Amino acid sequence: MDIQGWTFLLVGLSFALYIGIAIWARAGSTKEFYVAGGGVPPVANGMATAADWMSAASFISMAGLISFMGYDGGVYLMGWTGGYVLLALCLAPYLRKFGKFTVPDFIGDRYYSQTARTVAVICAIFVSFTYVAGQMRGVGVVFSRFLEVDIVTGVLLGMCVVFFYAVLGGMKGITYTQVAQYCVLIFAYLVPAVFISMLMTGNPVPQLGFGDTLADGSGTYLLDKLNGLSTELGFTEYTSGNKSMIDVFFITFALMVGTAGLPHVIVRFFTVPKVADARRSAGWALVFIAILYTTAPAVASFARVNMIETINGSDGQGVVYEEAPSWISNWQQTGLIGWEDKNGDGRMF
Amino acid sequence: MSFQTDEHAKAYWKENLRLLVTLLVIWFAVSFGFGILLVEPLNAIKIFGFKLGFWFAQQGSIYVFVILIFVYVKKMKALDRKYNVHEDDE
Repeated sequence: MDIQGWTFLLVGLSFALYIGIAIWARAGSTKEFYVAGGGVPPVANGMATAADWMSAASFISMAGLISFMGYDGGVYLMGWTGGYVLLALCLAPYLRKFGKFTVPDFIGDRYYSQTARTVAVICAIFVSFTYVAGQMRGVGVVFSRFLEVDIVTGVLLGMCVVFFYAVLGGMKGITYTQVAQYCVLIFAYLVPAVFISMLMTGNPVPQLGFGDTLADGSGTYLLDKLNGLSTELGFTEYTSGNKSMIDVFFITFALMVGTAGLPHVIVRFFTVPKVADARRSAGWALVFIAILYTTAPAVASFARVNMIETINGSDGQGVVYEEAPSWISNWQQTGLIGWEDKNGDGRMF
Repeated sequence: MSFQTDEHAKAYWKENLRLLVTLLVIWFAVSFGFGILLVEPLNAIKIFGFKLGFWFAQQGSIYVFVILIFVYVKKMKALDRKYNVHEDDE
């Protein structure tokens, strides 16, 4: 079977799994539809929250962004996980204790005002639509690459699948589907990370390999090598970044506060049986998030070293075109990248 | 699950706030403190291949965040028991 065949088989199987779970866990009452009957165990809820949270941005693009930004990429790592701490300590347990389903309910009752409730509803809808727009674009990008369709078709296809299991299963269906999604997601993320780490540093744990020496026997630390390569090419050191301290500080702060207010994550804490469970499930969710978020910066630095070495060549003079990685000729066909040999030496620079 | 007296409710809330503030101070210290404000002095210290400030920004802060939430879970459980407002008997 060729790659396309395998892709269709695996994507088909995972859809069948998600829809199967939706049918098995379909909602039978209003409470089941909105908050899964309030009976989801904390570890499962933590996994579902983690999958909910780490969607398109974390999975598709975060490692790439960090690879590009170096130290500055830490704003996403600290911002998103740190905001989660705010949510778990200052919001989730209190909202769960209150016992209604949504934040607008809380605002309306707390301030004895229908107007306040309406304002909160408008904010929630605005936030949700903005967020969904980004996610759907991500779905479109993934589907268009896997299934070789255009992005709009990809978005529509993804929407149909989500619509089917959301309407049928409600929050209960979504929760158990997301538990399955988390397992698929983390497996897919870790397998290449572990093997790249073993290849580059000989250390099977990416989080440690990232700070280990290179496997070529030179005894140089990976990050030192990366800093050296970056400065040679005229960039700042990978571990220093370009942004000023005040930018990094406030971008991180903005990302933290924004993360603490995500409506689809807040609603997750209404699905566990007790307030104590809301606290515990927040802890588990961050454990599951941290597995991916501590792997991402490792993948980022491996990728940066690999890219500089395969494009600039080991001597820094540009690699010979015939020996360049295959993605270059693939991207040339689709017009994403162009190469013209102006000085006729056959090298990429 | 309600408090026996108003004093109990007030004392519970006070302890709750003290715990929150302590944890948030650590939260601020590891991310904004070690990862951003003090990153340059800390980068002078090197552990294995990591410069310490860089490590806090991309790894260390996340590990501390996980620990913070579990400490919070544990302490709040103890606090709920102390004031007899836990939900286990429901």
